[in-house]
Amino acid sequence: MREALKLKGIRMRNSKRERWPKVVVWSAAILISTVFFLILSSIVWHGIGQISWEFITAAPENAGRAGGIGPILVSTGLILGVAIAVALPIGLGTAILLSEFTPRESIFGTMVRRSLDILAGVPSIVFGLFGFVLFSNILGLGFSILSGGLTLACMVLPILIRSTEEGFRSATEEYRISAASVGLSKTTTIFRILLPAAAPGLSVGLILGVGRAIAETAALLYTSGYVDRMPTSLLDSGRALSIHIFDLSMNVAGGNEKAYASALVLVSILVVINIVSFYISNNWLRRRITII
Amino acid sequence: MILAIGLIPVLTTALAHADSNAENAQELNGKLVITGSSTVAPLVSEIAKRFEAQHSDVRIDVQMGGSSRGISDVKQKISDIGMVSRALKENEKNIMAFPIALDGITMIVHKSNPIDELKNKEIVDIYTGKITNWSEVGGNDAPITVVSKAEGRGTLDLFIKYFQIKSSDIKPHVIIGDNEQGVKTVSGNKNSIGFVSVGTAEYDAGIGIPIKPLPLNGVAASTENIRNGNFPLSRKLNLVTNAKPDGLAEIFIEFANSKEVADIIEEQYFVTTPE
Amino acid sequence: MSQRPSDALLIWTLRTCAVTAGVIVVFIALFLVQESLPALRSVGLLRFFTDSSWHPAENLYNLTPMLLGTLFAMVGSVLIATPLGILSAIFVNYYAPPKIAQSYRGVLGLLAGIPSVVYGFWGLVVLVPLIGELEPPGPSLLAGILILSIMILPTIALVADSSIGSVPKEYMTSAASLGLSRWTAIRRIILPSAKSGLFTGTILETGRAIGETMAVLMVCGNVVQIPKSLFEPVRTLTANIALEMAYALGDHRSALFVSGLLLMLIIVCLILAAEWISRGRIYA
Repeated sequence: MREALKLKGIRMRNSKRERWPKVVVWSAAILISTVFFLILSSIVWHGIGQISWEFITAAPENAGRAGGIGPILVSTGLILGVAIAVALPIGLGTAILLSEFTPRESIFGTMVRRSLDILAGVPSIVFGLFGFVLFSNILGLGFSILSGGLTLACMVLPILIRSTEEGFRSATEEYRISAASVGLSKTTTIFRILLPAAAPGLSVGLILGVGRAIAETAALLYTSGYVDRMPTSLLDSGRALSIHIFDLSMNVAGGNEKAYASALVLVSILVVINIVSFYISNNWLRRRITII
Repeated sequence: MILAIGLIPVLTTALAHADSNAENAQELNGKLVITGSSTVAPLVSEIAKRFEAQHSDVRIDVQMGGSSRGISDVKQKISDIGMVSRALKENEKNIMAFPIALDGITMIVHKSNPIDELKNKEIVDIYTGKITNWSEVGGNDAPITVVSKAEGRGTLDLFIKYFQIKSSDIKPHVIIGDNEQGVKTVSGNKNSIGFVSVGTAEYDAGIGIPIKPLPLNGVAASTENIRNGNFPLSRKLNLVTNAKPDGLAEIFIEFANSKEVADIIEEQYFVTTPE
Repeated sequence: MSQRPSDALLIWTLRTCAVTAGVIVVFIALFLVQESLPALRSVGLLRFFTDSSWHPAENLYNLTPMLLGTLFAMVGSVLIATPLGILSAIFVNYYAPPKIAQSYRGVLGLLAGIPSVVYGFWGLVVLVPLIGELEPPGPSLLAGILILSIMILPTIALVADSSIGSVPKEYMTSAASLGLSRWTAIRRIILPSAKSGLFTGTILETGRAIGETMAVLMVCGNVVQIPKSLFEPVRTLTANIALEMAYALGDHRSALFVSGLLLMLIIVCLILAAEWISRGRIYA
């Protein structure tokens, strides 16, 4: 990504035909940013007045109309943690297999890829009902953070795998060939050279996956549940932030302001997560350069 | 990748533990699982919190999932108590219901709408598509936007029963799910009419959201009129059990019916059941 | 390439991962079929398309309007989001100054993580009344398409960004030395080299558009009808499940799972169609 940016230094032929694309590209970007700022400013405008240290740490009272979101933040973190801890290794492994060890046209690869693409389109409420049956009932986890996290893991796998796979695929053939020519094993090649090269794809997958997971409502309602008590273990039921927002804005009369405040907290958490994940992917990029 | 390999045994042991834990927990700690109606869930959550505060060894988990989940979960023993916001159906006779609060349903229009009252006949004609313009009932010359609720919802059941119409006769322009969605839809459309919970309407109109509750049969839609039984369109919010409740469930249901929680019920904009 | 013991272990680990990931969808399909069976038995498959309307309480189960509603909303939003997403990927890679590009990427990352209920809420309070001014009632197919477009845009934009970003920079330099304009180089060289990523991004965004529930439920109006214009309300299959599942019993409940199953079939058809159209051209 970085290298591409330097290209603007290169002088390109400047024709009249060059002007229109520029206008179109810039307008698209401005349009998207405008919509974003409209949505964000409505969240900030209504939410900022409610934010305080107490709101972030205290337990909700009066169905969320008063008090804070402390236990809900903890539950959200745990659910997200479980989901990422499960989805990341499986996702990374699958992505490596698909891009490095499976010929494009192989039946196995096609089947896995196809089933992931289908999985990507399964509505979240179906994930919720499915997660309830599989994790809560059959595996006996009940309404719990674990069962919610596992359901989310299933949900984010397609996005995680497919974008990481793209990352690996785009690491050019030269890396592979030169690695093989100096006698590195496939394992070493992947973890020392290709993984860093695929980092941008992985980071996009993580950003989209975490975004999807943290924004999820319907799938969690049936699995991790509605209880807003401070969780003491992964087997406790815990209300996620998005469910709290849903409940306050759609189900509890007079919950709007706190709903906005909770949404603002959620967006702030995302900012932090995205910056960290960008930082990590950038570091991997730098490490690659020192190795080769 | 070591992480991935390591994770599999960790997970399986966690699962095995979970199984035995769940069984033990119910006997030892006194834990109640309550599932069901999203209308009732916030109320019961608050009641449960007060109950927990009084009995430190008890844990009550309240889960949302809709009235039918409330009934099917107690049948399948997934939960101890269900929450149901509609009347029980014919084939649900084995289920025992304990009303804990009342909730009314009111017609609402946009605040700028000059209409102050509609006859029952007019409401029926509007909802069945015979009247399509506000001028036909004495209002502005504007097409009516009919807001109705999704099939099977407690409020819709009550609405069609009261007005004696079939749900397939309703010609809606918008179908909504939860109460607040109804309020937001009506407050955003000057020519719409909908029906929502009285408590919700009263609260939202009170804080300046541009909606106007309409009286029904000349009776104003207020929690006051539901309490004294004058308002014709009201429903019970129930806790349900599969058999006669015993132990903790019985004690909790008693608690939820007692005067000790009257203030919570009012705080959630519902009406306490008459003695 | 030599096969070493460590490589063999790696491959088997990876295969386990892939099988785990691949098998989830089979589980979900089995689950849906199992839950749908009661309705398929007592109502029969055909009636889901031939009944006069969808009124489960009166034993009428026509899903066609909702099937079309889902397809219209999906097609509309993908048609809007895909060009915008690709343009925005081109923007960050070739037009924007580095600082702007960086914060723009941040914006997209945040858009991806705003809960659908917030989008729905915003749509209901801001977008729907606006559309209502234009052409009542307001909640409409158009509102659904617009909200969906915003929601799926980050997916296509970020995936396209990462694949366009990884096109070797030599391509652009050689294009420049050939005297091609920047836009021509992007159109003729960069986009074709990134097409596999663009394809993946499109598939993922389409999946998201089909599966999205909460926001669509709040802005689409949810009336079961085949819309005659963009301004008429529609109900999607997902909204149907979410609206009625909480209150459904018996055949009604089972029929909602048939909606889910149908949704899955649509996705399978779309993916097969996409693969067929792109045969051999995407991963060349």
